[in-house]
Formats: sequence, C-alpha cells, structure tokens
Amino acid sequence: CTSGLRACFPSPKMAAPVSLLVEFGGGAELLFDGIKKHQVTLPCQPEPWDIRNLLKWIKQNLLKERPELFIQGDTVRPGILVLINDADWELMGELDYKLQDQDNVVFISTLHGG
Amino acid sequence: MCQAQEEYGGCDQPQRRPRVSCAQKCMKCKEASPVLVIRVGDAFCKACFREYFVHKFRAMLGKNRAIYPGEKVLLALSGGPASSSMLRQVQEGLSREIAKKLRFIPGIIYVDEGAVCGQSLAEREETLLQMETILQASGFPYHLAHLEEVFDLPSSILQRAPHSPAGPENSYKEAVEGFICQQRREEGGSPSLPERRIQEKLAELSMREAPGTEGLAAPGARLLGAVRTEQLVQLFGSVKTLTAKEELLQTLRNHLILHTARAQGYSKVMMGDSCTRLAVKLLTNLSLGRGASLAVDTGFSDDRHGDVVVVRPMREYSAKEIAFYNHLFGVPTVFTPALDTKALEKASIHRVIERFLFGLQAEFPSTVSTVYRTGEKLSTAPGDADPATGAAEPQHCLLCLCALDTNVEDGSALQAILVSEQLSQQRLPAASPAGRGCCPGAEEQRGCCMNTTAPGADARADFLPLLCYGCRLTIKDTTCLESLPLYVRSEAERRKCRAAMKLEIQEFLLEDEAVNPGES
Repeated sequence: CTSGLRACFPSPKMAAPVSLLVEFGGGAELLFDGIKKHQVTLPCQPEPWDIRNLLKWIKQNLLKERPELFIQGDTVRPGILVLINDADWELMGELDYKLQDQDNVVFISTLHGG
Repeated sequence: MCQAQEEYGGCDQPQRRPRVSCAQKCMKCKEASPVLVIRVGDAFCKACFREYFVHKFRAMLGKNRAIYPGEKVLLALSGGPASSSMLRQVQEGLSREIAKKLRFIPGIIYVDEGAVCGQSLAEREETLLQMETILQASGFPYHLAHLEEVFDLPSSILQRAPHSPAGPENSYKEAVEGFICQQRREEGGSPSLPERRIQEKLAELSMREAPGTEGLAAPGARLLGAVRTEQLVQLFGSVKTLTAKEELLQTLRNHLILHTARAQGYSKVMMGDSCTRLAVKLLTNLSLGRGASLAVDTGFSDDRHGDVVVVRPMREYSAKEIAFYNHLFGVPTVFTPALDTKALEKASIHRVIERFLFGLQAEFPSTVSTVYRTGEKLSTAPGDADPATGAAEPQHCLLCLCALDTNVEDGSALQAILVSEQLSQQRLPAASPAGRGCCPGAEEQRGCCMNTTAPGADARADFLPLLCYGCRLTIKDTTCLESLPLYVRSEAERRKCRAAMKLEIQEFLLEDEAVNPGES
C-alpha cells in the first residue's frame, strides 16, 4: 500500500480486520466510561492480532483514564482475569493467543477497589 | 555470603507457574476440554468445575458443623462477586429435594454505604434498585440497611452477650436426625412448614416499611436521613488516612449487621470473604497491629460477640474461582465503588498489601493459598481471666470487641512503642530553660506549650485505653472524636465510670482467696 491509500485490501501478507466483542467486569468498566460491552473492529495490519497487540490497542483507543490500573508492562495488571471465548487465557497461550474474527474477550477485575 | 547459584539443602524455589495448554483434557473427567485453570495447573471443564464449586461449599459447612438445622442465618450481601456467589450456593443448597439439602433458614442483609463512598443520592437509589431486584429474586426475607442507621444503634452492641449454648459436637448429628424426623412428620400431618414461612413473611413485612417508602423517602424521615448522612460524611471527613477510614467503615458495618441480626433473631451471620480476600486481610491486619485477633478475623467462625456467630463459608474459594463461576453460570452482581476505588496504589495499607500479594501471585500461584493455610493454623485460645482485675471476663476492645492486647509488660513491643512516643513528644526537663523563651509564664508546666493539654487530648487520652492497639491507631487518625456515633461515646463513658468506680471501692472489695481480717 502506498501512503495516501486508505482502503485495506486483504492480501496474503496482511491480516484481515478482526471484529471482537470486548467486555469488562468486576469494576474494570469504571476505566472505560462505565461501559461493559464494546464491539470493536481492529484495523488490519501486517502482524496478526494477538492479545499483546490487543492490549496496546485498548490502551490507546478504549482506556479513558488511569492506564496503570489496567495494564502493567505489556500484560494486564495482576488481579485482572482474561477470558477468551469463556475459557481461561492460560489455556489459550495468554498473550500469544492469535485473535480470530468474532472472538469474545472478557476482562474481569478481582481487585477490591476495581 | 550467599551465592546465587547455591541451593540450600532441601530448600526449593517456589513453584513458578507451569504452562498449561488447551490440548490437555479436564483433569477430572478426562473427556471434555478444560475451560479454566485452578491452583497450579489443574484444568477443569465447565461441568466438573461446577460440581467442584458446589461441593466445596457444602463440604465447608458440613466439616465445621457450625450451622444447626432450623437455625436462622443472615447472609451479608455486598453485591460483590463473593457474596453474590455465596447467595447462589445457599439457594442451590436449599432447593435440593434430597435429604442432603441445607437446612437452615436464610435471610439477607444489604448495607448501603454510598454516603461514605461519595455517591450522590441518585446513584445510591439506582444501586438500591438493582440490588432489590436481586434480593427479591432470591425469595428470602431481606433487610436493607443504610450505614447512616449506625447513629441510632444502642450501646448494647458493644457489649459481649453471653454465649448461647451450642451443645457438644456429638449433638450435631442428633440435631440433624431430629430435624429430619420432625420434617417427615410435618409433611405427613399438619402443614406447619408452609405456615411458618407465611408467618415469617408477615413478621418481616410488619418490620419493613412498605415498598417504595424506605427510610429516605417519607418527608419527615427524609429530613432525618439527610441529617444522618451529613453526620456520617462529617465523621469520615474527620478521619485523616484512607487506612483508618477503611477500618472504621468495616467496624461500623459489622456493628450494623450485628444489630440487625440480634433484632431479627438471627444466630449466625454468613460473610462472603474469599480466600484471596482473607489472605490480604491477614497480612493487612498484621501490618495494622491486629495480630492478636488474627484467628477470629480470618478464621471460619468468629464468636467475639457471644450470641451471634460470624461464619465465612467462602474462605476456601480463590477470587479467580468465584469470578469464573459467576461469569460462566450467570450470577448477578452489582458493582459499587468502594472507598479505595481508583485510589493511588499506596493510598492505604490495604491497597499496598493487595498489590503486593496479587503481584506475587501472578508469578507464584501458590502464594495466596500458602498465606491462607498458614492463617488456618491459627486458633483462638479460650478466654483467659484477666489477672489484673480478677474478674472472670477478660477486657474487650470497645470497637472491635477483641480481647485487649495492650497489656504493657516489660520488654513487650507495645512498651517500646509507647516509650518512643513519649520521647518524641515531650520536651525533656533539661530543655525547659530553653523553652522559657517561647512560653512566658508557663515555666511550671512541664514541657510548656509543646505538651498538649487541650481538652480534646484529655478525652482522647481517656478513650484510648479502652481500645485494642489496632483500633487505637484508627482513632488516633480521627481528628474529631465528637463525630463518633453516640453509642460508642456513651459506652466509652460507661466503661470509664465503671473503671473509676471500681478503683474507688477497690480496697473494700473482698478478694477470693484473701481472708477478711475481721473474721476469726
């Protein structure tokens, strides 16, 4: 793609745009304007989308305040559970899980103060 | 000198998190694919997890044999995940048709603390609406309390009621068998069981106001409510640190729940403290100087009030298990912002410890359960007679009702703290010539103006000896003692007068062993 071209043509080298349902619970929604469910479409990019990139994307685009209460380093803050399609992310490879279209990612905070 | 590579004999590295993959099967049924990992590497599928979760609750109650059949038990619901999960377990346990169903009579209490957490009236009403939906759906009698009601509590709350006789261990089985026989007889004969339910509902209706006219809604009551809210806000405003605020909030909440339990005839209160929460509480209490009461604060049953026993049936569930259960099986929760929501990480001791423990847990998944198991080994010693007063009952803290741990013995940590405090506050007598310049005419007073002899300090000096060390720290952070609720102040006054009176008549009291010199 040359600079100036906005349209994204799926090609073998680029990942297709990924559409996800991202949910927040347990108080984590306070950092996202109190909205629990977010239907997001991740733009296409050369590298395939994984949880690591998703977190960066969330930090830039969804997180309204206090990023340190959600993200620590390149992973979630200890105490925040991540579920991918209703399964523990530890079973899916944690940060390295490659996101698929229509996946459901849930972040639940188990911390006292949200 | 330690070398990094050397291993001490028999000392292993704490177990780091092993990588579990989805390709493994559920460790229990070995058939379905797992949905979550519990503890260290135990993968469970959805059905097995549900069974494990439900079984653990019943096993906890059964193992401790604390709840007798037919007993009235008050469930303390905060809307959070653990207490909501507890409510669901009680519902499931009571609804079983088989003989192994739970046999107690539950009620629910929800305490609205919105005033303290800075919520507006509209936000509080919305939260209450959401909570009422859940409460009504449960089908159990429920009580909505506002923290403002704490100002109307009687001072008998702070007095330890005599322990109701629970009966020896072997009578638990007899009680259960007797209950089952009675139920069978009742089902065959008169319909006293549904009748009893209706009586309860009627009793509960008469005590609760009509729906829609809770304490804050009626005009006269609304004014009173506003005054109380103002008082509450003022009380918490006079507390300087977040740590002390949290401690005070917990104390007041416990008093309110206890009062409701006593007023409505509940002999047990179930709190939804999870394993994770208790591990944090254990370390926090150690940091707050409440080490002496760790056993009652984190154990399964807490009988410091005497007649009402607090039990913690969720204490073996980690926060992760509870969160997963709630998500997978649709347990409704209501999130209410707490005092420390979005606070800075070092805002209070509770936050610091929570962050420390969670951070460690992320890398070493057995941290929380290790702390918990160590806490489990603590047990309450039977109440010792206080040798100083010679009375049969030991002294108890005014606020938290734990046995007072402030016996200042030689060489104790408390003595060291008190000495350092005195040294850092008082001017030494040798320094008073230098102080003469700043306080003309006050040479006779020791330490001149540096010594606080204001009336407020006197009241505080009278108040502090009635408290255990942990509560003293909380009260020291409270600038205005007058804003404490009346029941606290009147009970403090009563105890002070009793102590003064006892001192006056001390020489006339007969000792148990001493022989009256008047007798031959």
